[in-house]
Amino acid sequence: MKKIVKKHPLAIRWFHWINFPVLAIMTWSGLLIYWANDVYKLGWNDKTILKFFPDSFYKAFNIPFRLAEGMSFHFVFMWFFAINGLLYVLYLIFSGQWRFILPGKKSFGEAWRVLLHDLRIKRGLPPQQKYNAAQRIAYTVVIIMGIFMLLTGLAIYKPVQLNWLCSLLGGYAWARAEHFILTILFCLFFLVHVLQVIFAGWNNFRGMIAGFEVKKTTDVTTQEEKVTVQPKTSES
Amino acid sequence: MKMEEQVWTESKIRSKTLWSIIIFIILLIAAIVCWKWIISSEKDQGAPKPLRAVLNTNESIFTAMFNQNRLSKTYPASLAAPRVRVNGDEGMSEDFNPDTWKLQLIRKTGDTIYISLDEIKSLPKTEIIFDFKCIEGWNQVSHWGGVRFSDFVKKYNLEDEAALQFTGMHTPDNGYYVGVDNKSMMHPQTLLCYELNGKPLPMKQGYPLRLIIPVKYGVKHLKRIGTIYFSNNRPPDYWYERGYDYYCGF
Repeated sequence: MKKIVKKHPLAIRWFHWINFPVLAIMTWSGLLIYWANDVYKLGWNDKTILKFFPDSFYKAFNIPFRLAEGMSFHFVFMWFFAINGLLYVLYLIFSGQWRFILPGKKSFGEAWRVLLHDLRIKRGLPPQQKYNAAQRIAYTVVIIMGIFMLLTGLAIYKPVQLNWLCSLLGGYAWARAEHFILTILFCLFFLVHVLQVIFAGWNNFRGMIAGFEVKKTTDVTTQEEKVTVQPKTSES
Repeated sequence: MKMEEQVWTESKIRSKTLWSIIIFIILLIAAIVCWKWIISSEKDQGAPKPLRAVLNTNESIFTAMFNQNRLSKTYPASLAAPRVRVNGDEGMSEDFNPDTWKLQLIRKTGDTIYISLDEIKSLPKTEIIFDFKCIEGWNQVSHWGGVRFSDFVKKYNLEDEAALQFTGMHTPDNGYYVGVDNKSMMHPQTLLCYELNGKPLPMKQGYPLRLIIPVKYGVKHLKRIGTIYFSNNRPPDYWYERGYDYYCGF
């Protein structure tokens, strides 16, 4: 017999795994579109540190001359992204699951300790719930990024019917740049997320597939020992 | 709020894990099959059929939602680019003679009239400085002048024709052609344009007459209009046939 904890409800697992191929297709088709006017770079004046993107990158992923294809995929799968995302946020609100994700007052201080812990610089973490403080902040930020992805996308998709939104985001050219920057941030999130999942191991990963996580019995006993030991020390 | 805890036997944990993995793999395979089905399905106007079906649905949704009172943002003339980008020369064949040009307007089949540039210039002139947007992703503030398409419709009594769903246009050599929904054609910022930056249109910008339609991507702004006609069916469209969305509207 083992203690298990029901970690991710079925709905959240569906939202998560639908999002995975949808985001992959949106990012890929977005690249096909971006290539047709690939003006962004990191640098200043004439100096370029990193061009988005180098020709070798385009070649490796077979990007060039596929604008029409990119647009057709993008404007089909946008519906899946928008509807899946909307249902997810509604689910978080009405199920109360938002309580696990939204950072609390302590989260910002604790996130720093989580970072040091994950980078193997410092040991020990305060007790965490479903998500640790750094996860809370990261997952909340990524939801906000998703919302802005949708808004900036709408602004460049319908800049006249939604001219107010387009202006609010700084105009057509800015909205396009913001949409691009958000994509890069999404990719960076994805990278860190996958690495963290690998480090966290199978039990954690099973949580997102089967929904439950097996509690380590040794952990339970050590916690209990600490609880019983502490009063003694305070007495003496 | 706390996560629910339960005590399970080893075998329950194992079987729950196994079943979840099996379902997960089935769904993964289903996703891959869907993907293969999309990319290998027959093409409709250059786009895989399932994608084309959704693009057409998008078009119905956004045509129905289109509000003619929403305007493209306009700018002061000082912000207009002095040198306006030229992109594409389809339909701009060398043997064109501007001196003999007249706009061919097909009202109903068999009722065709020819209109000279001077006649078009005698209609009320409208100028617009707006952010021209190319389907490739670049944009440029530019300054155009001409007659509102809606004024043109009034002058030539085209109300019945404009009540049809589409306007079709093509170049004199028929090398480039577009179709535009009439809600967008009748938008107050849509011009039959003969001026750029206050001067006659340069040859490369579509002299003598071109379409300027700020609610559409540049691909719809047909240069050197030869013929205008109306239809309830989609008129042929150059880039639509090459895999692009028909609507291309903002």
